[in-house]
Amino acid sequence: MFEIRPRKKVVQANWEGYMAERAQRVHDDALKRFFDMPLPSPDTPIGKVPMVALDMETTGLDERRHAIVSIGVVPFTLDRIPLAQRRYWVVKPSRPLDEASIAYHHITHSEIANAPDLDAVLDELLEVLAGRLVVVHFRNIERPFLDAAVKARRGEGVLFPMIDTMSLEARMHRQTLWARFRRWLGRPPVSIRLNASRERYGLPAYQGHHALVDALATAELLQAQMSYHYTPETPLKALWC
Amino acid sequence: MDVELLEIRQHMGQFPPFDGLSDELLDAIAEQVEVRYFKTGSDILVLNDTLNELCFIRSGAVEVYRRQGELYNRLGEGDIFGHFSLLRNHKVRFPASAIEDTLIYFIPNAVFQRLCEEDDDFADFVELERPRLETAAEQQKKSNDMMVTRIRKLVTRYPVMVESTASVQEVAKQISGAQASAALVIDEGSSNPRYSFQDSEGKTWQVCGILTDSDFRTRVVAEGLSPQTAIGDVISERLITIQSDSSVYEAMLTMLRNNVHHLPVMYRQRPVGVVHLSDIIRYETQSGLYLVSNIFNQSSAQGLAKLAPDVRAAFVRMVQEGANSQMVGSALSTIGRSFTRRLLELAEEALGPPPVPYCFMVNGSMARNEQSIVTDQDNALILSDDFNPDEHDEYFHALAAFVSDGLDACGYTYCKGDVMATNRQWRQPLHVWKRYFQDWMANPTPERLLHSSIFFDLDSIYGEDIFVEALQDLIAQTAPKSPLFLAAMARNALNRTPPLGFFRTFVMEKDGKHNNSINLKRRGTAPMVDLIRVHALACGSKAQNSFQRLNDISNTQLLAAGVSDKLSYALEFLCMSRIRHQVIDLQEDRIPDNNIEPENVEDSERHTLKDAFQVLNNAQKFLKFRYPIPTQRQGR
Repeated sequence: MFEIRPRKKVVQANWEGYMAERAQRVHDDALKRFFDMPLPSPDTPIGKVPMVALDMETTGLDERRHAIVSIGVVPFTLDRIPLAQRRYWVVKPSRPLDEASIAYHHITHSEIANAPDLDAVLDELLEVLAGRLVVVHFRNIERPFLDAAVKARRGEGVLFPMIDTMSLEARMHRQTLWARFRRWLGRPPVSIRLNASRERYGLPAYQGHHALVDALATAELLQAQMSYHYTPETPLKALWC
Repeated sequence: MDVELLEIRQHMGQFPPFDGLSDELLDAIAEQVEVRYFKTGSDILVLNDTLNELCFIRSGAVEVYRRQGELYNRLGEGDIFGHFSLLRNHKVRFPASAIEDTLIYFIPNAVFQRLCEEDDDFADFVELERPRLETAAEQQKKSNDMMVTRIRKLVTRYPVMVESTASVQEVAKQISGAQASAALVIDEGSSNPRYSFQDSEGKTWQVCGILTDSDFRTRVVAEGLSPQTAIGDVISERLITIQSDSSVYEAMLTMLRNNVHHLPVMYRQRPVGVVHLSDIIRYETQSGLYLVSNIFNQSSAQGLAKLAPDVRAAFVRMVQEGANSQMVGSALSTIGRSFTRRLLELAEEALGPPPVPYCFMVNGSMARNEQSIVTDQDNALILSDDFNPDEHDEYFHALAAFVSDGLDACGYTYCKGDVMATNRQWRQPLHVWKRYFQDWMANPTPERLLHSSIFFDLDSIYGEDIFVEALQDLIAQTAPKSPLFLAAMARNALNRTPPLGFFRTFVMEKDGKHNNSINLKRRGTAPMVDLIRVHALACGSKAQNSFQRLNDISNTQLLAAGVSDKLSYALEFLCMSRIRHQVIDLQEDRIPDNNIEPENVEDSERHTLKDAFQVLNNAQKFLKFRYPIPTQRQGR
């Protein structure tokens, strides 16, 4: 902490190769359809990329011990977020719900008791995600949880590139020279949580912790980030991870 | 309803026109909304682009421009824009850009059209200007119409008319047969031009009196007259009538003032019916009525002054009961006139009868019957041409001072511009007044224009009405033929302009500046009244009330079709806003003024006020163009 280190070189993952390889080897029908649908190439300007904002509410933070409770998705572009295309599912977690998490995301036992298992909605979910670039706020929840849940049900996992609005925010507020200088001076780091990030762009505060509302909030945040720090011409490869 | 859309639905539901929608329609909107973020400075709508969506501001701020780049409006959270284009050719006519980071909810055209079809209030709201003002004005009218209902509406049948030669018994039979309670007495001839008319055969008759049920008791039986007495010998010579287009309220006041229960209703010189006090009893409200009778029961100026709180109470009650601005203005003017009349009566009691005939004239808002609770006195004396200053002026000066001091004590403060009969300049014989008026119209100077805008709203309230009528005739004959005077008055009427509208808790000026409050008289009603006066002068209207002037104007080609209605709605709304804010002041124990503070303005009122300002703004632009400065004058 007593030196200002140069920024680490970000190694670009070879998503194109990975997706093509999975498409070759996958067995499950729904997953095959998903991997068959080509993603935009890494050089596509972000203004032309069809995207889908994804958010999940879970019973906790560890995909090995906790489970998915609800999923919200909104397809969108930099131009528009059409709410008519939104999808939202409540699913029955494979592990019991604890009271603390109920208070957190407001989904009750009775709602969950009548909900289907994730397996029943997975095909529909994959259909919405296919061909669209998934946008999340903090990929370290959505990515491992979805991968683990699919693996448990279909015998093979699902990984794909994402744009993470939180890490875009971190680039601005955690990794710049100025941010590291602040940290070196012992200043508290700028919050990069969803609502705090939105506030910086003048976006309204939404009632949090509903998967669909958070997905919408994430889509709006990405539009704001793109209009402030990037351009519609920014290539996809500069953003995804 | 999907719970996840509550966020959107609840937000929209707070703002007009969405606040009045059914839940079902609100859901239908939330379902279809499309969202987009615009950073500060970016364009939202570009001129002539195709537009297929209504824009709703979820957060941030937006400026809307005219084609020429002039600022049209500044909008904030909950406001909508783009509806103007959607209702027309779907081309952007008013470009818009974000002046703060802004989140827009776009509502697709199909949903917008459905809303317009299924919800009338929504349709009214988005159709610009006219309908919203109209609706607001009409809703006020609906709630209580005593002041705007004409007395002719209460006339249900033709009056019983008898010749003056008929016997008392015959008349009694006719009245009973018609199940009436009074008969009008007529005779051949036209010696009284006020009440002369021709029947269907071309014969000329005149009304010479009225005979009522109670007259049979007091004038016939009690006097011991024979049933064969000619009716013409029984009736009194004093005949109180009312014109058929007077309001029910005026009829009531006339009855009270003259202590009669029957009132012949005249259409010009022709009798069309008789109304009885019981006919209008259902219209009776306490406001004003008892107050006026109380005014006439006072025997001193001090007694009158004690009634000032009652005036304020009557004002608040009228507004709470849903009176519109014409009712309030007319009632307050009636009260003000009653004070003045009673003071003149008291002055004459103290000073003795006047040495020469005179007319006490009021000007400004009282003459227009548009008085507000915040008012000063504007009055003048027109004296007979027999007036001799050396002999008579002492009397009239004393009379004027008595009235002026009394009015001040009653809450009608002294005029700051000294437009009062106590000022010798405004205490002159008729021929001097005529010369004043002719000079003002022939050679307008800034000072004379100021005088014109005060004195050309004029009405008699006591004495020789005919003096004021002579001046009104003079104006109506001369003004339409004085293009230079009209052009000067028109320019004078543009000195005060409306603001653009409201933005959050500020008043928005046209240059984008903000203010914390707005004087609604100076920036709204007064320029509107000035503007209407110019048109009224141009068309030779003798009406004094702005709404009646607009009626006269609409019968000419001075304004495009429908414009005078628009002006009328806009004026009504501006007046009413001012009145409502004065009521708030009174209720919160503040001294009422003409200022309104944006934070006290409800959302729906904001939108309508903004429309009213827009109507005024457009009308002012037209005024300059309509009354150009005559070219030969410019050459000099």
